[in-house]
This record gives sequence, C-alpha cells and structure tokens, in this order.
Amino acid sequence: MNPFTFARPATVEAAVELGALDGARYIAGGTNLVDLMKEHVERPTRIIDLGRLPLNRIEDAEGGLRLGALCPNADTAYDERVASRYPLLASAILAGASPQLRNAATNGGNLNQRTRCYYFYDTATACNKRVPGSGCDAIGGVNRIHAILGASDRCIATHPSDMCVALAALKAQVEVVGTQGVRTIEFADYHRLPGDDPSRDNTLAPGELVTAIILPDEDFSQHYTYLKLRDRLSYAFALVSVAAALRFDGDRIADARIALGGVAHKPWRVPEAEQLLIGRAADADAFASAADVLLAGASGQGSNDFKIPLVRRAIIRALSQAAAGTPQSQTDKRVA
Amino acid sequence: MAILLDHSAEAVVEPSALRLTINGEHHSLDVLPWVTLLDLLRDRLDLIGTKKGCDHGQCGACTILVNGRRINSCLRLAVMHDGDEIVTIEGLAAGDELHPLQQAFIDHDAFQCGYCTPGQICSAQGLLNEGQAATRDDIRELMSGNLCRCGAYTNIADAIEQVLGERA
Repeated sequence: MNPFTFARPATVEAAVELGALDGARYIAGGTNLVDLMKEHVERPTRIIDLGRLPLNRIEDAEGGLRLGALCPNADTAYDERVASRYPLLASAILAGASPQLRNAATNGGNLNQRTRCYYFYDTATACNKRVPGSGCDAIGGVNRIHAILGASDRCIATHPSDMCVALAALKAQVEVVGTQGVRTIEFADYHRLPGDDPSRDNTLAPGELVTAIILPDEDFSQHYTYLKLRDRLSYAFALVSVAAALRFDGDRIADARIALGGVAHKPWRVPEAEQLLIGRAADADAFASAADVLLAGASGQGSNDFKIPLVRRAIIRALSQAAAGTPQSQTDKRVA
Repeated sequence: MAILLDHSAEAVVEPSALRLTINGEHHSLDVLPWVTLLDLLRDRLDLIGTKKGCDHGQCGACTILVNGRRINSCLRLAVMHDGDEIVTIEGLAAGDELHPLQQAFIDHDAFQCGYCTPGQICSAQGLLNEGQAATRDDIRELMSGNLCRCGAYTNIADAIEQVLGERA
C-alpha cells in the first residue's frame, strides 16, 4: 500500500469536509478498497474512516425501509423487516461474498465496490477504468466474465454486486450528502454505463458520501427470486444473475420487475420488458418475450458469448420461480 | 515505541494510538495507518496462529472474531479497530481445556496440513454466534468463506455439526 493519512471523523459533516480534499477516499468495511490498495489499483493519500458515523441503523420510513449506509450487509440481510418485507434483497445479499465479508462490508460500500475485471486489477495491463486513455486489454483478451449489454469500445467491465441487482429491481433510492447538501438518486441513475469515461462507476460527485438506501413501500414479498449462476455454488461472483419480482391480480400479472447482474457495467433493467408482462398470464411465452426485450442488442466478446443464451434461460427460469412462489434457496442450491 | 511494518519510511505520517483488547488482554499500541489487522497480530504481537493465506479476503485463513463477529483480518486496517475486542485462535481455549470446536476438529480429523484450521475454527465460532445455521447445508454454505486446499471439508462440516448439535 502507498502511504496515506488516516482520519476517523465523528460526524457526517466532518467526514464530507475531509472527503472533499484531494486524494481522499472513504473507507467503511474496507473489503474492496484495502484489497485494491494492496494491488496499487487505488492509491489514496487520505483515508477517511466512516466507522464512527451514526449511519448503521435500519429504520421504517414512509411505509418502506431506510437502510443505513454503514449497516453491514449481513445485518441487513438478517434484519427481520428486510427478510419479511424485502426477501428479494435479503436473498441477493446472502448469495454474495462470504459470511466474513458480509459481516464487514456495508450497504454503501456494496454500491461503490469496483469491478472484478482481471485487467482492472492488473496494473501491468491497459485499463481505461484504472488509467483513463490507456486502452482496454479485456477487449480481445480473456473476457469470460465481461459484459454483454451496454458496453463501449473503451470498457466491457461488469458491476459485481448481487445486492445492487435486487435494489435495482426494487426501485430503491440512494441518499447522498456532499458539501453542497443532501440529494436523492434513483437507483437506475446511480450506476452508469462506461461510455467514453469508464473511470466513473456511478454518478456521485467527487467527495459525495452515501448515507442511506431507501426501499419504497411496495410488496414483492410473495413472488420473487434471486437466481445466481456461477462457476461454483457459493462464494463466487455471478456469471449471470436475475432478480425477479411479480405481483398478481388473480391469475394475471399486475406488476413485474426484472434486473440482471453480471451482464453490464450496472444492474441491467429495461422497464419496457416489465411493462409487457402486465395483464398477461405467467407463462413461458410471456417470460420469453420479456427476455427478448431485456436482451435486445446483447453482444458477446468471444469468451463470454455463452452468457447470452444462459441469461435468457435464467430470466425465464427466475420469472417461473417467482410466479410459482418458490424462490431460489441460497443454502440448498438445487434450482427450484 | 518502535514503528514496525513501515515499508514507506519516507512518508510523513504519524502512527495512530490504538487500544485493543486481544484475547482478554489490553494493548496500547502506536500503529501506522497502512498496517492491516492481520499484520499487526502476526508481526507485532507474535500471534501467529492467525494465518496469512491469500491476503485478499478470498481464502478465510485470517478469520478472527472482532466484537464476536467473524471477519477477514487481512482486509481491515488495524487503525479502524480502536476500542475493539478481538479473539484469535490463541484465545479460544480455557487454559489447558480445549474449546469444543478445537476438540471436535480433533475428534473428526477435520484437517490435514492444518494451515486453514485456525481460520476454520474462528469462522465456525462466528457461525455459532450468528445463529443462522440449523442444518448441514446451512453449515456448508455459511463456511464457504474458508477454503481448505487439502479438501477436509466433509470432516470440517462433521465437526461443526457436532458442536452445533451439542448447543441445540
């Protein structure tokens, strides 16, 4: 690690003031940042430890829930209110990382974790995300884990989170604070596509700090699933994943949400695919047509071509699980 | 106090004062900010039971308990832990009496080379503290953060299942 100064502010105001300084990075759980610092991918000169800030609570908020940014992922997944009212989120969190990591990693940190693209981690290679303008060795390289949607000719990295895929499906909001004050960002607008500036993962302004994630007052607790497909059954990043949630009026779909993980620079959600399910019966034809809309324009990079048919089948499977009320167990890995 | 583990001696960074309780013993230390909790335990305090496997949070060999919760000590800066209570593998036994998990690992031959074992046992204690495991499938899933390259997994699961059963 490169040398850096260390501060542990006691208030959000003090943290944001320090976070606005050159070379500053916030640290919460540290599970991603410390690793990246060891690899010299991240080289902050000031570390602002958020561990003392009072942002670790989960509170009821306008019928929904307000998840403190510093609440650990494990505490969020096992919180009774989250588990009963937002089981899709709990399931997605428990599908990710390991118990040790979930104990340390925080909700805000989960949003802000960086890609696991091999080339981003390897400082001997070209990466526009790590060194803007240096090129992208993933394009034409080993790209089995890379994006099939929304990529650019500068970057084909994916966002690695499971939690964020559920948050996208649930239409969460992200509350942030900076020296200019507090603002709320719709989840769909929080992460960004790489375009011509892959160095920016999200739409936070420099120095802005995530304070909370807000879950809306909507009930997707009966028909949901988080289906994650990966190279081993636990403790691996998704090759593809699907967060699916449905609500029914009789035997007709009244509302639908679908978000994909492992396929793009951000959780992939296409509202038109959800709209076309409304009013239809929950059958394979309907789910296949939603998958077609979600995957319009998908293209492989060579090693990851398999993701396109794989995620198409996963979408149909996940929607079928959601409709049947048989969510994927994150312990017993047999596909429901 | 001597500054150890400083491979960037040119840096003008003052060490931070740090108070820790480790295996019931109070420590007051001056630590540079880039020292990980794992390196502090092993290199400064000679608590070498906690192992450095991958040093990237992928293998679980460095698992310890902080305020009763299992974490990867390789991914934490020591200075983030001022005031915390830490238990390592050295702190589990009660004198000469082995901790039930230590005894169960012996009973079930739950290791070969033993390198991952301190992390496995601390992780298993964390699993018991969390209270989320009821079945063998739960144990296997909730121990997936600890790799065993010898492949003693089935015996590790047996050992933990025994202690979980004794507690039920």
